[in-house]
Amino acid sequence: MENLPANSKENLSTANAQIEIADEVALVRISGDWLVSSKRPDFGAIIGEFPAKTREIKFDCSSLAKFDSSLICFLLKIYDFSIEKKTPLNLASLPESAVSLLNLATAVNLKTNESRNYRNKNIFHEVGTHTISSLQKVKEQLAFLGEFTIAFFNIFRLRSKFMASDLMKAIQRSGPNALLIVSLISFLVGLILAFVGAIQLSKFGSTIYIADLVGLAMVREMGAIMVAIVMAGRTGAAFAAELGSMKVNEEISAYRTFGISPMEFLVLPRMIALVLMFPLLTIFADLMGIIGGFAIAWGMFDINYESYLSHTANFLNLTQCLAGIGKSVVFGVIVAMVGCMKGMTCGDSAEDVGLATTSSVVTSITLIVVADAIFAVLFNIFGI
Amino acid sequence: MSSQKITVENLSIGYEDYAVMNNLNFEVENGEIFVVMGASGCGKSTLLRTMIGLQDALSGSISYGGKNFNNAPEDEKSEMLRYFGVLYQGGALWSAMTLEENIALPLRRFTKLSENDIKELVNLKLALVGLRGFGSFYPSEISGGMRKRAGLARAIALDPKILFFDEPSAGLDPVSSRRLDELILQMRDSTGATVVIVTHELASIFTVADRAIYLDNKTRTQTAIGNPKELLKSGNADVRTFLNRGVDPLSTENKL
Repeated sequence: MENLPANSKENLSTANAQIEIADEVALVRISGDWLVSSKRPDFGAIIGEFPAKTREIKFDCSSLAKFDSSLICFLLKIYDFSIEKKTPLNLASLPESAVSLLNLATAVNLKTNESRNYRNKNIFHEVGTHTISSLQKVKEQLAFLGEFTIAFFNIFRLRSKFMASDLMKAIQRSGPNALLIVSLISFLVGLILAFVGAIQLSKFGSTIYIADLVGLAMVREMGAIMVAIVMAGRTGAAFAAELGSMKVNEEISAYRTFGISPMEFLVLPRMIALVLMFPLLTIFADLMGIIGGFAIAWGMFDINYESYLSHTANFLNLTQCLAGIGKSVVFGVIVAMVGCMKGMTCGDSAEDVGLATTSSVVTSITLIVVADAIFAVLFNIFGI
Repeated sequence: MSSQKITVENLSIGYEDYAVMNNLNFEVENGEIFVVMGASGCGKSTLLRTMIGLQDALSGSISYGGKNFNNAPEDEKSEMLRYFGVLYQGGALWSAMTLEENIALPLRRFTKLSENDIKELVNLKLALVGLRGFGSFYPSEISGGMRKRAGLARAIALDPKILFFDEPSAGLDPVSSRRLDELILQMRDSTGATVVIVTHELASIFTVADRAIYLDNKTRTQTAIGNPKELLKSGNADVRTFLNRGVDPLSTENKL
């Protein structure tokens, strides 16, 4: 950083600092090369040499060769020590540039005793902090649910106001635009189910039952589940990112300051769109899965489409179809609710938007699996 | 709201466990341009968010035209919000809508005007901020300065009685910043609205402010209130130093 011309001829490889006490005045003799790469003296040991009673701290830099930030760090420690001990610091013999940097570094006082300074806290503090923060999140989510419920019931009171164009846009994005990926995934799931089933069924010469297996699995379980998982990763995450970014850009605040409820204006159209589209996508996914199953039945076992379809139609009943569709409505509510909730309750930074998006996908999928398990138990109890 | 006088009494603002500012007391008269100034992080924006109801006050009260705002029931609060216009730091335009749609939304929502009238009003508001012909643009298609002006056009859509500005000059070049300041003055002169501006831009403070309040982050309260030019001469040392870019004009030992 700086060379001192007067002493640059001396070739000292290490940094040294010695304390000399005379008449209650501490003289710090600084010598050698004070570079980041140099071997520097232990500050604790130097501090230990200061007597309890010191009138003044002075410096002697006549043997100082080169220096960089390492000297300023050392001086800053001495400065903090002098403040703590209320001992005057005489900077007169320090190099001008070092004094100037020290002044710059000490222009703003060290921030201490801040209630937000959580460093060096013990485990109880950590547990307490996390508990309070978790409770705060639960409170935010309950507030979201409450606000959403009010907005939802306002629809029936004809007091809810959102733009029809927003609803149509959300329907377009969560319905038709998702068809391709839902088709592909469902077709492949049907294909996989048929393939796995066929290996076992062919041992008994009952390959025609591939139709029953695929039909039942798709209609009762896989259709709704696959749609929910695809939509959680696609649309739910998009909702969270979109609303989260709006929050970061203060667009949500702008709605609030106009007295417009973001819940009615932003969340309701998305929720309605997903709840309407989920059953339709599920029916479509069921059909694509059955077609996937047929592809294996026809390609590997030469089963014609009349036999395959008649077997499927004979085996399935309306209750099973409705069970799958009913589940899809609940999954739609979960995906929309979680996506919007994570977006609306996200923090104010770009990182928070990323976290909200990830959390939306993980939470949605977890809740979908939990809800499906509950449905399985309920269907079993009611003999569906 | 019959009057747009703002009264703040014993206000403490901040977050659950942390008071950013305590014991704030000031009044803003009808048609006055009042600047909230202070160093970065001192709580200026928190005060603004509290004043417009986006954040709860820790204690104290904020009244508009003699009506308490921060402790009012939600429906009363919503009613009072109708008289506010807010320009956020980045404009906060709704990104999925064109400028026209941004300005038209509050008009459609809160008035029973015909679509033709709304269109006329939207054009007028855009013209007022110098954005005539930009109605069909999306916020992403215009510059930062234009976004601020479009934000202002939306803020004045419902002819608010009180205008709030959060760092209006932030991120603008000096010319755009000056234009926005002039726009604020013209808006106040033509509409008679009360204006509250949060900023630390000295040029803006001296250009627009009738009075200013200084929030001191060391004492965590207000330490001066008055006309900025007078505060520069006779305010306390911190305020003078702030208003003179870190150098106290009355001190003989100036250092940065």
